[in-house]
Amino acid sequence: MSSIISISNLTKVYQRDKQEIRVLNNISLEIAQGDFVALMGPSGSGKTTLLNIIAGIDRPSSGNIIVADTQIASLSETELAKWRSRHIGFIFQFYNLIPVLTAYENVELPLMLTPLSKSERRSQVELALNVVGLGDRMHHYPKQLSGGQEQRVAIARAIASDPDIFVADEPTGDLDRVSAEEILTLLDRLNKEFGKTIVMVTHDPYAAKRAHTTHHLEKGDLLQEESKL
Amino acid sequence: MSMIKLIAKNSFRHTLRVILTIVGISIAVLAFGLLRTVVTAWSAGVAASSPNRLVTRQAVSFIFTLPYAYKDKIAAIPGIDQVSYFNWFGGTYIDKNQFFARVACDPETLFKVYPEYQLSPSEKAKFMSERNACILGIETAKRYNLKIGDIMNIDGDIYPGKWQFVVRGIYTPRTKSDDATQMFFHWNYLNERMKSDYPNRADEIGWYVIKIKDAAASATISQRIDNLFKNSRAETKSETEGQFQQGFVASSGAIIGAINIMSYLIIGIILLVLCNTMIMTARERTREYAVLKTLGFTGKHLFTFIAGEALIISCIGALIGLSSLIPIVQGFESVLPKGWFPVFNIENSTYIMAGSSALLVGIIASIVPIYRALNTRIVDGLRFNG
Repeated sequence: MSSIISISNLTKVYQRDKQEIRVLNNISLEIAQGDFVALMGPSGSGKTTLLNIIAGIDRPSSGNIIVADTQIASLSETELAKWRSRHIGFIFQFYNLIPVLTAYENVELPLMLTPLSKSERRSQVELALNVVGLGDRMHHYPKQLSGGQEQRVAIARAIASDPDIFVADEPTGDLDRVSAEEILTLLDRLNKEFGKTIVMVTHDPYAAKRAHTTHHLEKGDLLQEESKL
Repeated sequence: MSMIKLIAKNSFRHTLRVILTIVGISIAVLAFGLLRTVVTAWSAGVAASSPNRLVTRQAVSFIFTLPYAYKDKIAAIPGIDQVSYFNWFGGTYIDKNQFFARVACDPETLFKVYPEYQLSPSEKAKFMSERNACILGIETAKRYNLKIGDIMNIDGDIYPGKWQFVVRGIYTPRTKSDDATQMFFHWNYLNERMKSDYPNRADEIGWYVIKIKDAAASATISQRIDNLFKNSRAETKSETEGQFQQGFVASSGAIIGAINIMSYLIIGIILLVLCNTMIMTARERTREYAVLKTLGFTGKHLFTFIAGEALIISCIGALIGLSSLIPIVQGFESVLPKGWFPVFNIENSTYIMAGSSALLVGIIASIVPIYRALNTRIVDGLRFNG
């Protein structure tokens, strides 16, 4: 299967005052299209930084990264923003929904950047909310939803624009076991039924079990790979 | 959902804070409008002055008079169309608190130099034919409920004695900025009484108003008039009507200057109020802006969201402030002593200045939040806990 994410010799260094902090150290990684990958490791291991670089919201200090056939490190901020809106769906730990917008409006947000008509947008939003099982909660505000439901709205927002890759940063980190299970099942469906590539950062070994491949990071180094396929 | 709906929803996220900000902006716009109205009312005479009218007065002071004999000499200067003359009468009508301008004039030339005072031909004819006739501006006639044929008894002070006038006309101003409060009566009526009671005060003129054919020649003609009476017992000072009115306003220049400064300080206060709200708002939404950027919204979108929000708040504040301005100005005018400001209108320029200042403030108030939103890295924004 061809790689949708190809990383070679990637390094990320932060400058804090006069001190250099090496967060990622010469990482090379290939992720195949349609794969479901978990990134695990202790706090400060660099897994979220790696996820952010894959998603195009952070830039590497050196090395190459090709995501969805694009050398993303060479894109300008505006080009990168457009690229993200086409290729990446984000799922955050704390959902990050806009509180003054209904579930419907939150899901519609990324579609505002597309040339879709109002009726096309409506059918996309309704489809996305139905996929996550919240077709009957469209006009609820985030504060009227449970944590699990908020995360499902966030997933609907991520899938609304039909991206190639989903990046999820601790998607179950703020949820109870039942809700977490629902979210993981949903990610599983996205991967199996819709063929989406998923890269998930998690601390939770139970969540990581859902992934086909688990990569461990420690102090910026990529350790071993566990494959269940 | 459109961008506008998103901006509008965000604008009223903190209802109490936004309402307080809007009330603050409304009050500031209102205060700005009121102060500007006072300033423009003060300068109304200057604004309403005609460029082709000159005023000639005694060079030492306005309170000293000029000889009536100057009239024909002035009229002989080339470029002069009409010469009219006036005396400030003063006096007390009803009591000392009832102020309006009472002026002796030459009825023959009054309407030639002041065509903006409009009187019907029949009223004009009656005014000219009766020795003790007077005409009133419509505002003064309304204020004292005076009608044509009514008698006005005035106690003289500058010109002592009991004076009686018959109202023979009520003039209307051509525009809102023309004075509709004055009383004019025959200079001859005054002069005849002076001749009999105070002969040494007869044939004296307070000031001449000269209509010239070409406004561009005002400086030359003024100079020629003043040269004509140089080294006489009553030297003259001639200037355009605008300069003459400016001289009165200049005597209150410090007060007007202070009011002007206050009106602009108020704009500064609006700016601070809105800046404070927008900076708080943007800070609280640091994470949301990062999320929007993550979803693919660009700097241009964030600029639209933040500036749009600031403009919505400032425009609503400006609209409420400006719509309350008319009743507040009317209320303010009603509590002022009558006659303080012959013309007390809200100028169009006041609406434009207040409205555009509010818009400008909206834009300026969004600069810092926009700068911060654009320059915060997405990863830092997502970590932000406000």
